[in-house]
Amino acid sequence: MSAHIVEIHDLRKSFGDLRVLRGIDLYVDQGEVVCIIGASGSGKSTLLRCVNGLEQATGGRVLIEGTDLSDPDCDIDAVRARIGMVFQLFNLFPHMTVLRNVTVAQRKVLKRSRAEADRKAMATLARVGLADRPDEYPERLSGGQRQRVAIARALAMDPDLMLFDEATSALDPELVGEVLAVMRDLAADGMTMLVVTHEIGFARHVADRVVFLDDGVIREEGSPDQVIGNPREERTKQFISQVLQH
Amino acid sequence: MLLTKRQRTSAVRIGFYLVSAMAVAAVVIVPDWGDLQRAFFQWDIVTEQFPDIITTAAKNTVLFTIYGFGGGLALGLMLALMRISSFRPYRVFAGTVVDVIRGLPALLLILLIGFALPIATDVRISRTARASIALAIVASAYIAETIRSGIQAIPPGQMEAARSLGMSYSRAMVTVILPQAFRIIIPPMTNELVLLLKDTALVSVIGFTAAERELTRFGRDGVISSANATPLVVAGLVYLALTIPLTRLSAHLERRAGRHR
Repeated sequence: MSAHIVEIHDLRKSFGDLRVLRGIDLYVDQGEVVCIIGASGSGKSTLLRCVNGLEQATGGRVLIEGTDLSDPDCDIDAVRARIGMVFQLFNLFPHMTVLRNVTVAQRKVLKRSRAEADRKAMATLARVGLADRPDEYPERLSGGQRQRVAIARALAMDPDLMLFDEATSALDPELVGEVLAVMRDLAADGMTMLVVTHEIGFARHVADRVVFLDDGVIREEGSPDQVIGNPREERTKQFISQVLQH
Repeated sequence: MLLTKRQRTSAVRIGFYLVSAMAVAAVVIVPDWGDLQRAFFQWDIVTEQFPDIITTAAKNTVLFTIYGFGGGLALGLMLALMRISSFRPYRVFAGTVVDVIRGLPALLLILLIGFALPIATDVRISRTARASIALAIVASAYIAETIRSGIQAIPPGQMEAARSLGMSYSRAMVTVILPQAFRIIIPPMTNELVLLLKDTALVSVIGFTAAERELTRFGRDGVISSANATPLVVAGLVYLALTIPLTRLSAHLERRAGRHR
């Protein structure tokens, strides 16, 4: 058995002729926060989606807690139930109340009782600061609130790993802070997180490790102070300076 | 031009009113209204139609509609799910079935299942059951396309979110996608229901006993026995009493759906 939660070996992914990922090696350990940064089109989101099987790898291997996703016998639903994912566009279920959004997978996937699922949902909603509106429908919430419900929905499954796919990119600037604060709390509580982000400040202060993805390969990897504060590679320097100008 | 734009517009409008008024006058003056009423709406024949036109004919029309729609919904859902399947043979099969059914006249399919089937084979099912099955098959192709468009109108992120929580494809379909899709397609489905209700008129071609007759057949038989058009006119009014509320309901649901989006 592997000690790593996520282990990626020589991961390659193409869409037709377009080679999006061209040989990625990466691991994430228990309790680690790894931030993936890079320009749009560099393959960040594709990499993240390969980790929970939303995209199928063209080559290479992805292991989650030792389970190989490319193994035909692997139960992808069971693996996904242990991985929480937060999307750029929230993807809350609009026909369900906030509470039902957070309980539905607990009930249908983990087969928890209604009482247990409700209790868990209220606890996770409290954790993201939204315990006061369980009966609201998502359309009545602000973007920041929706994203926090989406985080609660993932957390209620007691995941071993959380994936964040540009979780703040679709938010109005004044709402970014509340979502980042929740993510920071999660990191402080020891959650294992793989975070695709444009928030360089968040990466710098919260990440244990920063990965700079460029044109489908990992160009540079290391501590935030090193990769963001003192990048070695020319491409990394360019990217960081471009991002920091804003 | 001598006229300004506004004057031209009002000249056209006045001309249109004049022509319309003459047309209405012609309709009122030219025909002999007494003759027309004797031919199409003779009161004693109207009253003769009741109560059988309701207790037998309208009842059978509604039953055919319910059976056809219920069966069409089940078959149509199956076809729709096959058409969006990732398994290619399912897609090809369902696509072919839908194309064939939609490409044939409903009357031909009804004759095939309701009339030719028992003649050509040993299959022995009741006439009304054959009629219902034929209607269900006709409806299923159109319902399948409606359901498919509803499913495809749901953003792909919904399926991804459900799958990322560990739901299986079918669980995500039932819990997340279909409830949203059905909400969207309620108005077009109500239209399908109205179309099917009118198409039940076609099943009379396979020949029914007196108790099995639906509205159109009932009206036709009435025309023969009374040598008057009134029975078909009354049957038409009963159809309208069924279809217009449904059409109104559909429009209402459409408005409501628009508000909630």
